[in-house]
Amino acid sequence: MFVKIMETISIYAIPLIILIIPLYGFIKKVKVYEAFTEGAKEGFKTGVMIIPYLVAMLVAIGIFRKSGAMDLLVSAVSPITNLIGMPAEVLPMAIMRPLSGGGASGIMNDLFTTYGPDSLIGRMASIMNGSTETTFYVLAVYFGAVGIKKTRHALPAGLIADFVGLITAVFVTNLMFN
Amino acid sequence: MINIIWLGFIVIGIIAALATGNAQAVTDAALDYADVAVELSIGLVGVMALWLGLMRIAEESGMVKALGNALKPIMKFLFPEVPEDHPAMGAIVMNMAANIFGLGNAATPLGIKAMKELQELNEEKDTATNSMCTFLAINTSSVTLIASSVVAYRAAAGSANPAEIIGPTIIATVASTIAAIIAVKLLQRLPVFNKTEKKMVEKN
Repeated sequence: MFVKIMETISIYAIPLIILIIPLYGFIKKVKVYEAFTEGAKEGFKTGVMIIPYLVAMLVAIGIFRKSGAMDLLVSAVSPITNLIGMPAEVLPMAIMRPLSGGGASGIMNDLFTTYGPDSLIGRMASIMNGSTETTFYVLAVYFGAVGIKKTRHALPAGLIADFVGLITAVFVTNLMFN
Repeated sequence: MINIIWLGFIVIGIIAALATGNAQAVTDAALDYADVAVELSIGLVGVMALWLGLMRIAEESGMVKALGNALKPIMKFLFPEVPEDHPAMGAIVMNMAANIFGLGNAATPLGIKAMKELQELNEEKDTATNSMCTFLAINTSSVTLIASSVVAYRAAAGSANPAEIIGPTIIATVASTIAAIIAVKLLQRLPVFNKTEKKMVEKN
């Protein structure tokens, strides 16, 4: 029931928003076409503004991933994660998640193929993937768009949130499905 | 912090590559990912323009302000530095709504819009404010009700019940969002991250 409602919202939300905002604006006597184009102008500027930040972030993450350093980190951390009930197979995805959304989804799909989506490993990977975000990407894009270079406590706070999300995912999966 | 982590990725990556005789992989990764970054940024332009255009209409019609007002008590707690009727409040609410309903394409442009509004209130343009860090942390904790892409991947992989992960995912995402809020509110008091103190040190 809940899923059905949410799916319906997801399907109709964007068409409804695109309908309601200009319609409401028109009723409130906004020059809707002119306002839209005025706002849309910023789209290109913002896209270009993000480039240096995203290049810096993705190149560093790419080097870290493809060099084999990622695998070293996984083998270093796995004794600890075994203790809290996280299977070693899921760990690479957990570490990948804040770094690269595409990378994490790739690992998740790989786990689905190897162990099946309804295995404990498949379920844990799904819940982890759904409950955390690509922190480094979000940081580069959001701060890049306004030219923030000194990010203060945003990154540590984001990583703490990811960590808590991952740990909760492990516990909830073991509790419900194991 | 970000300087050290960024340098760490590169230094550790290259040392690992050299140790394992994998130098070519570093070259490929560096060049490939630089390309991907530009593709992603430029790829944002169209959707970005669409949402920023709609947002401008919503602003001029007073809709954004009304949204901000509707959630005043929560917003005042989360973003005490932002004046109550500032357009940033409405933009933040719209971004969060898009995230909650899994509208990823709309969430990013709306989030950037909210950041721009917060930047208007910022006195040091290159340094993040408390409100910006709070907003970012909440965003990275992924406040989502339906992890629609994960459900889709599970269905594609032949799961008997692709949606069974929704309940547990909500539990985990609520935990991470609460952790994000607690973390920013505590971390922003630390001298290392404190904006005003840092300014004073630089003056001395």
